[in-house]
Amino acid sequence: MAIRVQLSPRQAEARAEYESFTREAVVPYADAWDREERIPEAFFKDFAARGYLGAAVPPEYGGGGLDAVTFGLLNEELGRGCSSVRSLVTVHGMASYAVARWGTRGQRESWLPRLATGEAIGAFALTEPGAGSDVKALAATARRTGDGYRLDGEKRWTTFGQRADVYLLFARLDGRETAFLVPRDAPGLTVRPVTGILGTRASMLAELSLDDCRVAEDALLGRPGFGLAAVAATALELGRYSVAWGCVGLAQACLDASLAYAERRETFGVRLRDHQLVQRMIADMATGTAAARLLCQQAGWLRQARSTESLHATWLAKYHASTTAFRSASDAVQVHGAHGCGGEYPVQRYLRDAKVMEIIEGSTELQQATIAESAYHARPQTTVPTGGPTA
Amino acid sequence: MTTADHKPQILAFLAQFFGEHRLAEDEDIFATGFVNSLFVMQLVLFVEGEFGITVEDEDLEIGNFNTVLALDALVTRKRAVGAADRSA
Repeated sequence: MAIRVQLSPRQAEARAEYESFTREAVVPYADAWDREERIPEAFFKDFAARGYLGAAVPPEYGGGGLDAVTFGLLNEELGRGCSSVRSLVTVHGMASYAVARWGTRGQRESWLPRLATGEAIGAFALTEPGAGSDVKALAATARRTGDGYRLDGEKRWTTFGQRADVYLLFARLDGRETAFLVPRDAPGLTVRPVTGILGTRASMLAELSLDDCRVAEDALLGRPGFGLAAVAATALELGRYSVAWGCVGLAQACLDASLAYAERRETFGVRLRDHQLVQRMIADMATGTAAARLLCQQAGWLRQARSTESLHATWLAKYHASTTAFRSASDAVQVHGAHGCGGEYPVQRYLRDAKVMEIIEGSTELQQATIAESAYHARPQTTVPTGGPTA
Repeated sequence: MTTADHKPQILAFLAQFFGEHRLAEDEDIFATGFVNSLFVMQLVLFVEGEFGITVEDEDLEIGNFNTVLALDALVTRKRAVGAADRSA
């Protein structure tokens, strides 16, 4: 049984709806989408019609305005079925949330109703060939013109970049980090599909080339100099939270698959589930998944309370959930043996997807460095003997 | 219009990032080297939660955030606008 605490009746009802949708409309097709490296247009339409694309859009603009925990539950259940679909909620949510938080009235009124209904798909274009975790290495440039801005540079691994209608894109304006909303049809923007990626293969990655790309004056989001510190940070915070919950679902999927396989498969005259070394792997999956879920719930409650502690809680949740998902996926393949390496079972997809989770929205190493630094900040400011040699 | 001094609360919040360094009210927070990439988000959440204001896109100017005095002035201005809106 999945360990949960303190879901409200409405949250429990929403979780049941997301679970049912994922079981019926995602799980049966996820392996095929992974092989085809795309999600079909019919799914986008169905997904949008159910209101799931409006999850991070405020209700006054037609969105679902989900509370933080309910948004997390949506990500968990989708992550259980397909990390690429969960990635759609992540990046579309990041773009929507950034516009809602930092957009002008005009930008909010122009974009949010369309993002809420799925008429427009949003994507997050920060990463460049030389700027990933090191976002300060951002090299794309912007310059003012009489009627707007001209953008130049390259963006890489833009999730759902092939399908997006608007990109939350970052460039240096007069040397300062600045956010822009770049429409897909902006003159000078070229979108090229990326294929053959290790995991989340159906997330329709793209490379973007900006060659004297022209955007209007109202494309500027936030203020110059705050593109990373406020706009990207806000979006990435939501993205990290979304990925963390998605990893809970992914780890749960690894556990579910392993339980089912170990129940029926026999070796050396006994079921796999009766081998103690298999039990060790299942115990670690169950414990790690439960702990990750609790960390995500804690982050959710703190987000709902708009606590300054929510940021640190989200880092803890993402770090633990993503590393748990990868370890669980590796063990799930191990439990399945040779069967786990082929296309007959989804666990090889889980393993490829889980590795990506350890890299996106803050790599494991970046999480470790940030969490360690915060641990020093949280240390009580008292003088305590530290031991060691004394005279 | 409120003329409250918000500096004690702001200094208390910032103290967690600065260890034993005593931050002066006019010292540039970002030039100290003590803050990390999460800091601006934490600062925004803090002033919004502590003082009941909403930081908006037009407030995103470094001059509103870089010292304790600047933060105090931002909060005073936003609270005054909020109070005027409520009484209008």
